[in-house]
Amino acid sequence: MSGVGSLDGQALIGRAMARASKAGAQQVDGVLIVSDSQEAKVRGAEIETVKQSQERCLGLRAMVGGSEGLATAITSTSDLSLEAIDRMADETVALARATAPDPHAGLPDGPFASSVPDLDLADPADREVPLESRIEEAKRAESAARAVDPRIDNSEGSQVGSDWNRIFYGNSLGFSGEYESAYHSIFSEPLARSGESMQRDYWMSVARRLGDLADAAEVGRRAAEGALQRLGARRAKTGEVAVIFDERTAPSLLGQLAACVNGYSVYRESSFLANQLGAPIATRALTLIDDGRKPGGLASRPFDGEGLATQRNVVVEQGVLKTWLMDAYSARKLEMSSTGSASRGAASSPSVGTTNLWVQPGEGTLDEIVADTEKGLLVTELIGMGFNPTTGDYSRGASGLWIEQGEILYPVEEITIAGNLGEMLQNIDRVGSELVWHGRTACPPLRVAQMTLAGE
Amino acid sequence: MSEQRSGPLSSAEEPTPSVSQQSESAIDFFRERFDLNEQGLEAVLGTALERKIDRADLYFEYTTQDSVSLEEGIVKDGSRHVEQGVGVRAIAGERQGYAHSDEISLDSAQLAAGTARAISESGNAETVAAMTAPGGEQHDLYPLEVAPTEVPVEHKVQLLSEIDAYAHQLDPAIKQVMASVISQHRQVLVAASDGGLAGDIQPLVRLNVQVIASDGEKFEIGYDGMGGRYPLEQLMQPDVWKPLVDEAVRVATLNLQSIPCPAGTMNVVLGPGWPGILLHEAIGHGLEGDFNRKKTSAFSDRLGQRVASEGVTVVDDGTLPGRRGSINVDDEGTVSRRNVLIEDGVLVGYMHDRLNAELMGMEPTGNGRRESYAHLPLPRMTNTFMLAGEEDPDDILRSVDRGLYAVSFGGGQVDITSGKFVFSASEAYLIEDGKIGAPVKGATLIGNGPDVLTRVSRIGHDLALDRGVGTCGKDGQGVPVGVGLPTIRVDGLTVGGTEG
Repeated sequence: MSGVGSLDGQALIGRAMARASKAGAQQVDGVLIVSDSQEAKVRGAEIETVKQSQERCLGLRAMVGGSEGLATAITSTSDLSLEAIDRMADETVALARATAPDPHAGLPDGPFASSVPDLDLADPADREVPLESRIEEAKRAESAARAVDPRIDNSEGSQVGSDWNRIFYGNSLGFSGEYESAYHSIFSEPLARSGESMQRDYWMSVARRLGDLADAAEVGRRAAEGALQRLGARRAKTGEVAVIFDERTAPSLLGQLAACVNGYSVYRESSFLANQLGAPIATRALTLIDDGRKPGGLASRPFDGEGLATQRNVVVEQGVLKTWLMDAYSARKLEMSSTGSASRGAASSPSVGTTNLWVQPGEGTLDEIVADTEKGLLVTELIGMGFNPTTGDYSRGASGLWIEQGEILYPVEEITIAGNLGEMLQNIDRVGSELVWHGRTACPPLRVAQMTLAGE
Repeated sequence: MSEQRSGPLSSAEEPTPSVSQQSESAIDFFRERFDLNEQGLEAVLGTALERKIDRADLYFEYTTQDSVSLEEGIVKDGSRHVEQGVGVRAIAGERQGYAHSDEISLDSAQLAAGTARAISESGNAETVAAMTAPGGEQHDLYPLEVAPTEVPVEHKVQLLSEIDAYAHQLDPAIKQVMASVISQHRQVLVAASDGGLAGDIQPLVRLNVQVIASDGEKFEIGYDGMGGRYPLEQLMQPDVWKPLVDEAVRVATLNLQSIPCPAGTMNVVLGPGWPGILLHEAIGHGLEGDFNRKKTSAFSDRLGQRVASEGVTVVDDGTLPGRRGSINVDDEGTVSRRNVLIEDGVLVGYMHDRLNAELMGMEPTGNGRRESYAHLPLPRMTNTFMLAGEEDPDDILRSVDRGLYAVSFGGGQVDITSGKFVFSASEAYLIEDGKIGAPVKGATLIGNGPDVLTRVSRIGHDLALDRGVGTCGKDGQGVPVGVGLPTIRVDGLTVGGTEG
């Protein structure tokens, strides 16, 4: 696994940029991503797949000038021979000449990240851990799941993975930077069976350091308990009910809200929030933060996809919409400043992405919120993509647990929950106290006072 | 939905050449450009087999993709990407070892082979068989004179500018027009240790048009797109792209007038074409071989059982000329086929890759597909559709007193194990007294896969395939697919609206 360290990424980017400038580019930037990854899946006691790879991809963005602005093109290649890089640089400039000038296009005006802080994104010691011992962890998750109950008699398997990435960035305004990050995961997906009824569920843990992963047996056990809990699910009656989103389903609401505060959606007027900056868009109990510099955060990075320093953005403060999330382009369109939110792969244009996104915890555990709910649904899984950012209309397939008089009565499935995200945000009447990170986005339990449930 | 190409049911009668031109051209490409000769491939496969390995295969890919997109009247972005690499797989029983590299050479394949075989301990080596073309009648489903990625970018820019101007003059309510044209040219070579050698050249084109309309208060989106494995020039004809723009504008302005959708269980009429996503989610995934071999599907052990109403026949057909979901050979080198999944309501077949077919003692069905060289093949759908019935679509609508008529959809998803699936309507109407009523806001429909097709009570004669925009995701891998459906009536489907 020495591939990540041994490459002079800045030299390759520098060569591509110099060649593109010589070919006539007025501005240029480059991204090189070098990745090592390994993953393994175990099912029962047997290894099912083992996968290993090393990949490198160089992306180049060139802009050619005119009086009416810059015309942009992007290319990428995994062939890093000098001839291939030179050819790519020439092609990028030629392609840029074929597109149209745009007065808002261009590299950010800066200020670029002045330092590249260590955000604790990888532990070199983890590289010494052999895949075989990770496979043993997957086996432990698998056997822990099956040990919970005899009705856990099958699975889709338990999986472990580690990705190591080294990201290089440079641009023609003089900024260059690089950083390394790691991403480790363990995932378990057992099946529970009782008579004709068969149900699955999953649990997972992800971390920048192997030592921060949840214990494998805990992952398997929680996944198994989830699957068992679903056995014997019924349908629920159509009507208006309170809906509680748990630590796994609440983050999806944040993702949908983030799509609506994305600078691109705003200037295109394809967001229902496009005219709401400064307005109360949610309950006062809701404060939403996007922080690219959370130490060890799964989405932390010292600079964004355009070389700007990442920062802590308070998107919603006590219910009031405080900022859009923007990269350089969408910020220029909105006559604002970038929020350091440019997301970028080697083969893609910059776009706006969230980093570590979370809602500040409020009061009450999930159990307390359930106990405080007269009649409603605790949603444990959502399926489908039924959300329209332009209107806020929301309608998704759900499964979960039925609550009456503060008690969980039975599992439910084959139902939908629907509403409008704008109204749902106003109707959140409980924000819980437990904030658990399962990925880039975290949210305490949320209760929406009323949504439309469709079922029987 | 209208059909631009020959009907789906005529393909079986079309003659297919016994030697595929695309396969030979792809093999030549890799031999000449990367010096991949047969002796070299056999040597790499020999390395992979130097342990207790049953079978190994190599997958080489060289894909060029370009994309041009327009927004606010400006072609803001042009992009071009080359994706190349080799994936080496070693199989021992149910175990698979996989390693891939982004360098195409026999040396990098050798290194990957050494990694992939680590799945198994040392032992007797199998021998590599001599390379031969795959058995069976071969297809040439998407012959091409000019690769879509070789069409000059200026022509693509011109097309988008014309689309922009046309959309704006259609309706003053249109505030934004976004359009993009995407061209892909994918060359693959598969070599297996038991002797199979196959190549393919797979073109893929796609045009997307999205508009935002406003009545001064609300904003709404309308989208339409089309594509397939055919020359890009075909998409550039005004009589082809204008109807697409008309459709996007019609949907956006229609959405401005839509009323909240009812919630609850009701009789639903699905229109022809893209609503076939019902089949993809409700039964297609559940009939993929891997889930059934592992018995994790709600359809496990149900071959021979009734899973749909009489008259319902569902096929997955990778052999339709020019279709987005079609393939001459799958990504393991198996020649694609037309596979009947449900015949007159009875479950008769699964979709297989080689591994799951062998483990279940069945035939590979040409459904072993992968997103790229960086992925293991999985059993995947191609073009999945229900055969036409005999009823007049108008009669089907007239048969419903009160219900929902859904004609277009966004995405869908399924839980394979519980069988619960959803798909989200993007254009739907109330049905009142057998007549099409007010348009309603998008809503998610939910049902139970093993049971939903038993609720199909009427089947129209108007089978149509979708226009070529579907991408199916599984295990993080996206592959292009198609769906199709005649107008059908489904009794008692749950509609996730907001009006209780």
